[in-house]
Amino acid sequence: MLRITRAIEFSASLRYRRADLSEEENRRRFGPRASHHGHNYRLEVTIRGEPDPASGMVLDLKDLNDLLEREVMSRFDHRDLNGDTPYFEKRLPSPENLATVIAEILREALAPGLFDRIRLYQDRDLWVDVVEP
Amino acid sequence: MITVSRRYQFAAAHLLRQPHLSDAENVRIYGKCANPNGHGHNYGLEVTITGPVNPDTGRIIQPERLDEIVRHRVLERFDHAMLNEDPLFQGVVPTAENIATVVHGQLESAFAGQGGARLLHVRILETGRNQFDYGEMP
Repeated sequence: MLRITRAIEFSASLRYRRADLSEEENRRRFGPRASHHGHNYRLEVTIRGEPDPASGMVLDLKDLNDLLEREVMSRFDHRDLNGDTPYFEKRLPSPENLATVIAEILREALAPGLFDRIRLYQDRDLWVDVVEP
Repeated sequence: MITVSRRYQFAAAHLLRQPHLSDAENVRIYGKCANPNGHGHNYGLEVTITGPVNPDTGRIIQPERLDEIVRHRVLERFDHAMLNEDPLFQGVVPTAENIATVVHGQLESAFAGQGGARLLHVRILETGRNQFDYGEMP
């Protein structure tokens, strides 16, 4: 079993806001995160598998790059997580939830069995791992 | 499995020495780390928590709550302190291995009642060139 990790970086804005709560209640619950703000996210994507005996590769890195460009960068880079994506109407754009969304997208997009884990850094000092059993 | 991790720092002094051994024996085992007057590091500490994501907050644990636990149980105790003088290191040589183990022990019990969050793993970075892991790696 071999693992390969590829990193990408994207910048997005967000706010923690529940539509069913007042502005005041949102601010009380979520503090500064209720304000419109942004992060430079770093995403490390790890895939696993056996290298193809002929090519010597688990997956062509160019294909992985293209996939990450299509599935992650085009959806999230220089976008607003609340306004420009459909994923956070019913859940908050916390790093836990964003990582869960990205993991679901990549599990779906990658050939079966390839997804191993992702690590999503919200900043240097906070990150979330989603790991396949 | 989903985990959230956070990075902290503390600056501490220590020296490596087994009291029942001679100075020469200690130097043989620990080299310059046995310097009798001690030395220090900027320790990096990474704490990894796992558990269910609370639908109301979107979080496994509120980062402010995690910071408070780590500050209260580890940073206030070890930051700008001489580790060899701490009761937790009486009879325990404060190697990075033992620091990781002690820090894990300090934190583990703090997560009871935190909505199912539990400590998975701690990593001690003693310098930029070495790191020590204790607990279950995600």
